[in-house]
Amino acid sequence: MKGRNDILAAIRANKPALKAPAPEVPSFDEAYPTDTTGLWPRFADALALMGGSVAEIQEGQSLEDCIRATLADRLPEQPIIASAVPELTGNRRLREHDNPKTLHDIDIAVLRARFGVAETGSVCFTEKELIVNAVAYLAQHLVVLLDPAELVTNIHRAYQRDDYKNARYTVFHTGPSATADIEGVLVRGAQGVRSLTVIAASVDTPG
Amino acid sequence: MQIGLFVPCFIDAFYPEVGIATLELLERFGCKVDYPFDQTCCGQPMVNAGCHPEAAATEQHFVNQFEKYDVIVAPSGSCVHQVRDNLTAIKQTDKVKHVRTNTYELVEYLHDVLKVDAFPWARFEHRVGYHDSCNTLRNLGHGQPSELHGKYFSKPRALLEKVAGLELVAPSRPDECCGFGGTFSVTEPEVSGQMGRDKIADHGRAGAEYIVSADTSCLMHQQGCAKRIGAPIRFMHIAEILNGAAA
Amino acid sequence: MSTPDPTKTINSPEATRESAPRFTKAKDGKRVDHAAAAKQFLDSPIHAKSHDERVWAMRTKRDKQAHAIEEWEELRDLASQIKTHTLTHLDEYLEQFADNAAANGVRVHWAADAADHNRIVHEIFNDHDVKKVIKSKSMLMEECGFRHYMEGVGIEIVETDLGERIQQLDNEDPSHVVVPSVHKMRSDVAKVFAETLGSDPDNDDAHYLAGRQRDATRPLILEADAGMTGANFAVAETGGFIVCTNEGNADLSANVPNLHVASIGIEKLVPRMEDMGVFIRLLSRSALGSPITQYTSHFRAPRAGGEMHIVLVDNGRSKRLGQEKFWSSLKCIRCGACMNTCPVFRRSGGLSYGATYTGPLGLILDPSFDAHRYSNLPFASTLNGSCTNVCPVKINIHEQIFEWRQVLAEDGHIPWAKKSALAAAGKVLADPKRYRAAIRTAQSALKHLPDWAVYSQLNAWGQVRDMPDVPDGGSFHDWYRKNRLHKTEAADTATHDSGDDS
Repeated sequence: MKGRNDILAAIRANKPALKAPAPEVPSFDEAYPTDTTGLWPRFADALALMGGSVAEIQEGQSLEDCIRATLADRLPEQPIIASAVPELTGNRRLREHDNPKTLHDIDIAVLRARFGVAETGSVCFTEKELIVNAVAYLAQHLVVLLDPAELVTNIHRAYQRDDYKNARYTVFHTGPSATADIEGVLVRGAQGVRSLTVIAASVDTPG
Repeated sequence: MQIGLFVPCFIDAFYPEVGIATLELLERFGCKVDYPFDQTCCGQPMVNAGCHPEAAATEQHFVNQFEKYDVIVAPSGSCVHQVRDNLTAIKQTDKVKHVRTNTYELVEYLHDVLKVDAFPWARFEHRVGYHDSCNTLRNLGHGQPSELHGKYFSKPRALLEKVAGLELVAPSRPDECCGFGGTFSVTEPEVSGQMGRDKIADHGRAGAEYIVSADTSCLMHQQGCAKRIGAPIRFMHIAEILNGAAA
Repeated sequence: MSTPDPTKTINSPEATRESAPRFTKAKDGKRVDHAAAAKQFLDSPIHAKSHDERVWAMRTKRDKQAHAIEEWEELRDLASQIKTHTLTHLDEYLEQFADNAAANGVRVHWAADAADHNRIVHEIFNDHDVKKVIKSKSMLMEECGFRHYMEGVGIEIVETDLGERIQQLDNEDPSHVVVPSVHKMRSDVAKVFAETLGSDPDNDDAHYLAGRQRDATRPLILEADAGMTGANFAVAETGGFIVCTNEGNADLSANVPNLHVASIGIEKLVPRMEDMGVFIRLLSRSALGSPITQYTSHFRAPRAGGEMHIVLVDNGRSKRLGQEKFWSSLKCIRCGACMNTCPVFRRSGGLSYGATYTGPLGLILDPSFDAHRYSNLPFASTLNGSCTNVCPVKINIHEQIFEWRQVLAEDGHIPWAKKSALAAAGKVLADPKRYRAAIRTAQSALKHLPDWAVYSQLNAWGQVRDMPDVPDGGSFHDWYRKNRLHKTEAADTATHDSGDDS
């Protein structure tokens, strides 16, 4: 603890003697639509800009059919689907105490987002939604169920929520893993998932 | 109202026409202009290199030369920036403060103080790329820099738009530095030269026949780069065009 | 910037022939010679042009984002104010942060300097018998020489950010805080990967190369004993910290191994979670011109069954807090916007700075680590001020560069020859007679000396550009005397004459 006291003492001795109150941060969202129907298209556009996409469950289609149809040309014949949502069973169970290393062969992980952000197209998860945190990065593709009623306008509103204060881990995903580190060429799936698809699904809608 | 005309060293030595145009232009608007004969320099070369004590005598001489004027005008943004913001190596007496707060760069003097609305004698039938020197743009507030979010304005362009026949063209990187940078031009010649060549090429692609600026130092650098590579583009100080110079 | 066609391989044959510029590090006790290194960089013109265009493209994308947000300048003001508030209360917020983190079940360590940091992390690794580590990008760890330290004690570190991994495999420092390998062309990456990962040396398609790296790194991620991350922000109110990446590699580093160690500079604090809205909206827009990074990850407590350590690092920060002119550089959120807009950085490349921090940010941070070694860096700037205008936390970067020149000159860190030349210039410029004589000499020299004398090695101006023509009618001074002075009463005032040609 010697380090702590020394560093704090140095800071006390050196910090600028300025009167600098913390500013109030406005929400800056007066221009956003006030209903979720209005927010959804903005969310979808923002998500598309970040390389994610939105899929719609067609009339008479099951959630699994929708997922398989959406990712059709990107899946092996017998894809491993790990589901963390009650709407879909999948063929790989996720348990809280799974060793993350065992998740390396998952093709699709299906998760429910806590909420989404219209400004950026982000979806939010905590360890509750992920069951095993690493699944959201080790899977090849991510499918996310999002209740349109759970959209907030912008990032300021997202940070006014208290999810972060209770969860051990809270993450915004905005599209899939990406890099432009080789000559500025955009590549999806740098280390994490290769695609991210959001499907509108109210919590009370059966899959 | 007596104006003291400050003609920086490189204008004095190599571009006297810029000093003449500035003097004549101010006189066209009825200003009483005097050129203090013993003036030298504002101290910028030393200060730019971090050597403030070495600039003190020059700064003091500058103040001695100009303290008797109501207003000091110079056709050079970087020198005005030095006087206004960085002439700090000497004691800040009332005389020093008077000189520092009343020194204007020519464009801002025409635009903000004289509020000139016409240059009836001026005609320039050429495509002109205006070069915002970094000092005029970001330190003196000649216009809205491209980095900032806000309403566009440009004092020098507003003046040039009043010149008959003149067509303004814009390079793709609107206010990229040309690479002069004071002592930088000689301590980092390779980067400076590359920046100068890139700047000239950008203006050339935009169709400019002339590069025009309120800072002669930037023009001297760019002109030197252009001559070295044989680029056909030509250079002129804004004072010359506003004073009715022909091509 | 023209986007290269990703479906074509080897679509830059000229670049393949042009070797990438390499730099040797300045020896201990020597000054980094930025001008010489910059010349080396420009001597590879295809690389240099590509670098300028790619980095400028990031600036362009940043402008597009910034100009689309009505409250952009207000956000910058808020970010700056929040940082000022935090830094002026840094002791309180650090304590609050550390106490909250400990209460969350995180082990908190304090490191006074780089050596402390490396030793502390080494001890944590020894306690857990760690041999293989995956890590995400951290400028702080670069600052601490962490990877080299760990190599020395036999612990394998694998970088998981693609750009950083390229640099690690090529045994070269990162050249940019956000895009570490931005100075490399795809042909360079193909060469590095062919030698180190066994990829096809004739295939320089970016998708292929990124894919090979993904395939090669995935097993290393699964086998790792520990994961390391830095932090973009630390929140006093929650005791948590935030990491922003585009690849999700920090989340892999933190969530796959059981042990997560995060190195956090003490200046990363913000008071409240609500403040984060301001910074997250500014960060990636300023950095890459994207609205947000693909992943914004908030770590507050170890996951069930896992272990989390935070190392809070000072390494000169508390000292800098006491420097009146420079303390506000601690507001920096490492977005790299100042590099992207800097015309000197774009034309000289990050490695020419020979330091951890490059570009305008480096010019104001590096001398605080070693004033003499980095004494040339504040002169590697035209003081154009664009860096200050793009800075999301409104650090007066170009003014601090200017201030550093003065500090270095006062402390005797600029070469004697330069200083005495300027002292001589100061004497001439303060004396009208000598000044007039100097002007005449310069004009006469240019008029009468042969070109080989004017354009000698001694004339740095003439190395890249021509000298101005000498006006036929003499100086402005001569013109004024001839055309004005004798026509006015002032001509009678003898004191006007400085005896220049009388």
